[in-house]
Amino acid sequence: MKPAPFAYLLPSTVDEAAEMLAATGGKVLAGGQSLIPLMSMRLAAPPALVDINRVGGITDIEVGDDAVRVGALVRHAALEAHAPAYDANPLLRRALRHVAHATIRNRGTTVGSIVHADPAGEMPAVLRLLGGSVEAVSQARGRRSIDAADFFVGPLESALGEDEIAVGVVFPRPPAGSGSSWLEISRRRGDYALVGVGAVVTLDSDRNVIGAAVSLISVGATPVHVDVGHVGADSAYDDVDWSGATELVDAAISPEADIHATADYRRHLAQVLTRRALAEATADAAPRVAA
Amino acid sequence: MTPEPLHEVTLTVNHVPHQLRLPARRLLSDALRHDVRLTGTHVGCEHGVCGACTVLLDGQPIRSCLMFAVTADGASITTTEGCLEPDGELGAVQEAFHDCHALQCGFCTPGFITTITAYLETHPNPSEQQAREAIGGNLCRCTGYQNIVAAVLRAAEIKRERSAP
Ligand SMILES: Cc1cc2nc3c(=O)[nH]c(=O)nc-3n(C[C@H](O)[C@H](O)[C@H](O)COP(=O)(O)OP(=O)(O)OC[C@H]3O[C@@H](n4cnc5c(N)ncnc54)[C@H](O)[C@@H]3O)c2cc1C
Ligand code: FES
Ligand code: FES
Repeated sequence: MKPAPFAYLLPSTVDEAAEMLAATGGKVLAGGQSLIPLMSMRLAAPPALVDINRVGGITDIEVGDDAVRVGALVRHAALEAHAPAYDANPLLRRALRHVAHATIRNRGTTVGSIVHADPAGEMPAVLRLLGGSVEAVSQARGRRSIDAADFFVGPLESALGEDEIAVGVVFPRPPAGSGSSWLEISRRRGDYALVGVGAVVTLDSDRNVIGAAVSLISVGATPVHVDVGHVGADSAYDDVDWSGATELVDAAISPEADIHATADYRRHLAQVLTRRALAEATADAAPRVAA
Repeated sequence: MTPEPLHEVTLTVNHVPHQLRLPARRLLSDALRHDVRLTGTHVGCEHGVCGACTVLLDGQPIRSCLMFAVTADGASITTTEGCLEPDGELGAVQEAFHDCHALQCGFCTPGFITTITAYLETHPNPSEQQAREAIGGNLCRCTGYQNIVAAVLRAAEIKRERSAP
């Protein structure tokens, strides 16, 4: 099917875009990789689209001491390929590789996928896992920052107001001595994950565990974030028993059945992948602790 | 009912500029097929899954069914018709598909040709595993993929032969 007609607006600044959004009650068009299929299937028919693809000042990846900041027009592929962002935070690339296919990543934006808030999306869970935030601009409220913990409200539902533009997201760097991992299972490469797990584990200077957390996708209405630090607390990096973590995860998730997997199978995968991701993140952290 | 407003859009397709007047909702895939009248680009699923509509936007593969033509205003597009040698002979990937019998009905082929043409620009010497990954986003219901993987490797070989002095 074809999309329904809409008014097309092409702002060149963020303020202009915010004004158009407020005036029309339309939607932001970024990479279009989620919005256009919804429009073609007539599941969405916004009265207006505010195409931000020519807006200035939102195209940069900024790698700072504390965080990697990603502008709204940064395509998944650009962030994936960005060497300084990888050095600062390898988890970004590790997760981005699982977002759809390379061809989709050439157009789709990382900020757009976070705003889209698909519970099967990788980058919402990564933002949640790292304790990141979304920077929003609207005509009515000006600029504000929304913590990832408050941002994901439900399936395809975020705390962003209908008149707000997400101008960027901030992925904080994990503390020194941290390692990370992203693991997922999908039916075919590039498909949405049946279950995906991101893990960050932090070691102290003696390589004992001082922090650990996981975020899971496709097992709840939003990314499911579980702090499992006390499970590994004070264990040496090569002698951690993460089995307590899988129990915590099992209690936190609420997977559903669909044509791809039963709820029980998703539960099983969540446990297996949690254990593996924590082990991988621990092994990734060890060489990062200065001997 | 008021008629839908039209937008001036310039697309350079396979090096030829086209000035079009289009409604905003015209998908790039439809603009290429109906307005530019290049029907090499095929439309299968129209929601990003099959890859048949893949074209190159300023050299990068994208799904033409997931972009409005207005957003592409000013861009340079390469379709399967443009994946030729400068002298008009079959391009390396097209030649390799012929050599390896990498198509049956041909519906999926335009998306493979564009995707592989772009891939070999950055990966001139892929392994078989890399060749499989390169085409992971394109579906084919006929061939079983084996001959397409062979064609990726053969195309890399042809490119090397053609660039040898
Ligand atoms: C075949 C296929 C497979 C896919 N597989 C995966 C996958 O495995 N994992 C995954 O995570 N994603 C997947 N995706 C989705 C992809 O990651 C999209 O790129 C992403 O979800 C949306 O980004 P976009 O820039 O394309 O946003 P758009 O499609 O342009 O917009 C999506 C929504 O977010 C809003 N929006 C976008 N940007 C902003 C902004 N800056 N401010 C305010 N609102 C905004 C839009 O109004 C719209 O409601 C897949 C897509 C396809 C077509
Ligand atoms: S028609 Fe565009 S991906 Fe299937
Ligand atoms: S040759 Fe028929 S779909 Fe690929």
